[in-house]
Amino acid sequence: MPTLFEKIWQQHVVVDKGAEALLYIDRNLLHDGAFHAFGALNREGRKTRKPRQHLATADHYVPTRERDKGIAAIDDADAREMIRLFDINGAEHGIRCFGMNDPQQGIVHVIGPETGFTLPGLTMTCGDSHTSTHGALGAYAFGIGATNLKQVLATQCLWQKKPKMMRITVDGTLGAGVSGKDVILAIIAKIGTAGGTGHVIEYAGSVFRAMRMEGRMTVCNMSIEAGARAGMIAPDDTTFQYVAGREYAPQGRHWETALTQWRALSTDAGARFDREVSLDGSAIEPTLTWGTTPEEALPVSAVIPDPASFTDANKRAHAESALRYMDLKPGTPLTEINIDRVFIGTCTNGRIEDLRAAAAVLKGRKVKVQGWVSPGSTVVKRDAEAEGLHRIFEEAGLEWRASGCSGCAAMNGDMVPAGMRAASTSNRNFEGRQGKGARTHLMSPAMAAAAAVTGHVTDVRTLI
Amino acid sequence: MEPFTKLTAVAAPFDMANIDTDKIIPARFLRKLRTAEAGYGPWLFYDLCFDADGNQRPEFVLNQTPWRNTGIIVAGPNFGCGSSREGAAYAMLDWGIRAVIAPSFGDIHFANEIQNGMLPAILPEEHCAVLRQQLKDQPGAQIAIDLESQTITGPDGKTYRFDIEPIYKERLLKGLDDVGLVLQELPAIEAFEKRHYEKMPWLA
Ligand code: SF4
Repeated sequence: MPTLFEKIWQQHVVVDKGAEALLYIDRNLLHDGAFHAFGALNREGRKTRKPRQHLATADHYVPTRERDKGIAAIDDADAREMIRLFDINGAEHGIRCFGMNDPQQGIVHVIGPETGFTLPGLTMTCGDSHTSTHGALGAYAFGIGATNLKQVLATQCLWQKKPKMMRITVDGTLGAGVSGKDVILAIIAKIGTAGGTGHVIEYAGSVFRAMRMEGRMTVCNMSIEAGARAGMIAPDDTTFQYVAGREYAPQGRHWETALTQWRALSTDAGARFDREVSLDGSAIEPTLTWGTTPEEALPVSAVIPDPASFTDANKRAHAESALRYMDLKPGTPLTEINIDRVFIGTCTNGRIEDLRAAAAVLKGRKVKVQGWVSPGSTVVKRDAEAEGLHRIFEEAGLEWRASGCSGCAAMNGDMVPAGMRAASTSNRNFEGRQGKGARTHLMSPAMAAAAAVTGHVTDVRTLI
Repeated sequence: MEPFTKLTAVAAPFDMANIDTDKIIPARFLRKLRTAEAGYGPWLFYDLCFDADGNQRPEFVLNQTPWRNTGIIVAGPNFGCGSSREGAAYAMLDWGIRAVIAPSFGDIHFANEIQNGMLPAILPEEHCAVLRQQLKDQPGAQIAIDLESQTITGPDGKTYRFDIEPIYKERLLKGLDDVGLVLQELPAIEAFEKRHYEKMPWLA
């Protein structure tokens, strides 16, 4: 009685040595941070064994403004070099690359599903921890470091120890204004940033069954913030409808064969997990982080906790330092936290449904703080413009920019200034993540839009 | 890859849990090329080492004289969580750190340490806490690690046995490179691919 994960694992074991297995990797994604792996490959004189199983996109270092001026116009010499190296490495290794101005460019975890490169039942890797995103389609997808990435390029395989399995069941119905982001923040607040370490998480229950693919991707994306190797959701009709007709998806007679195989990819009744957790979906409120790790999250109706009330000494010490960094006092209602910047985008919340949710709150309103929207991909950007969402953002007073990682890791220079407080739809609120001294509150696109309108953390349910 | 067998070195205590890889090396340094001449050492824990004006923070452990030659870190739970950046392992290694002792590690960072010939040694938090306290009481004290016998000897001479999977232990002891280990299986890989792509021809 195997689980979804075990079925995929079994189908990809090339050699089983008990303690570890040689696992075949169907497809690998690359981004402009992959130069370390290509550099090592080139130094060792190795080639990419199967270039067609790789797809690359420039996202981390690309500017989100004045993109049409081309690579030569990028101010920052290091970033310019990264983008230049990206094009060269892709061409040398025969890998298809969505360069900075390609009409299909976008954040690596957005373009995978968008092109159909991500499919149910696959094993997938990428030199990026948020590769867990792709599990939303029922793939086993996990992040790797540069040396493992080099191995996947050179061999299409990795030696892997089989991870443990955890199932998180969320039943019930989500309330209005509550999204996938709130669900995953509530989960991480419950199990902690190390709660999933060594495990693959399968998300099960009526909440995920009812969720659209965008929401499922948000949830799986942040599995890594719970420490998990990967997150997965069994593929169903919602998945198949999403995948159908996409460029890399099976077509014609292959489609029916694929569907038959994919329909078998769910956890059998009676399958055993190493750990089971459940949450009541109906009780989840809009949720945001107050500290500097994603587990330091609370419902919007809560107050900043007193570190002294934490029984775990490590957590207490962390909370104390987090409150110092965030400049917050215990007992303050979260809704009294003032916001200076708003950032909507990223591989967590930069998809069309996310932009629609933010626009629904912003429509006909003005923002009180500076901020910008960076769509998850150039395709999302075009789709949003076709729907007129960009006009809603601009009329509200936000900047509408090109697609990239932008202020998520601030590697392209899109930073939150030191000491400023951002409402951000990204996935990490670590110290300095959005720029040195920047203070990050993670929340959903609708909640970020609500904060933009009022200038402070706001329960979006009062605005819809 | 250089084999890891034994290491006796100055050990530094890091009290905090969840030290993420953004802390180990901030993202803005990942764009640097890493060469034999210019390693990643200078960027290690950069924002803990220096304040916003670029002044050294005297309170940071690695800035203090007894810990200038640290070779081992003793940390709290979930060391190296977060981003997959292998730059975190490069920065420690290039700075001179070859082993981290902690109750638990972020999965990807754990693999990255192994891939770089570094030892991520797992000891229960109560033992890590004892070691960290001793290191604070005797600044600059050394810890001895023997991978073969899986033992860690603290400043007071007390020895602890640590856990490590046999597969990782062997790789570290022999300094084995994974690409080589994979390519040994090339005939099996090719046979697998034939079967696999027959079943899923749309992937080929
Ligand atoms: S958007 Fe952020 S989390 Fe996602 S790939 Fe880019 S930097 Fe990483």
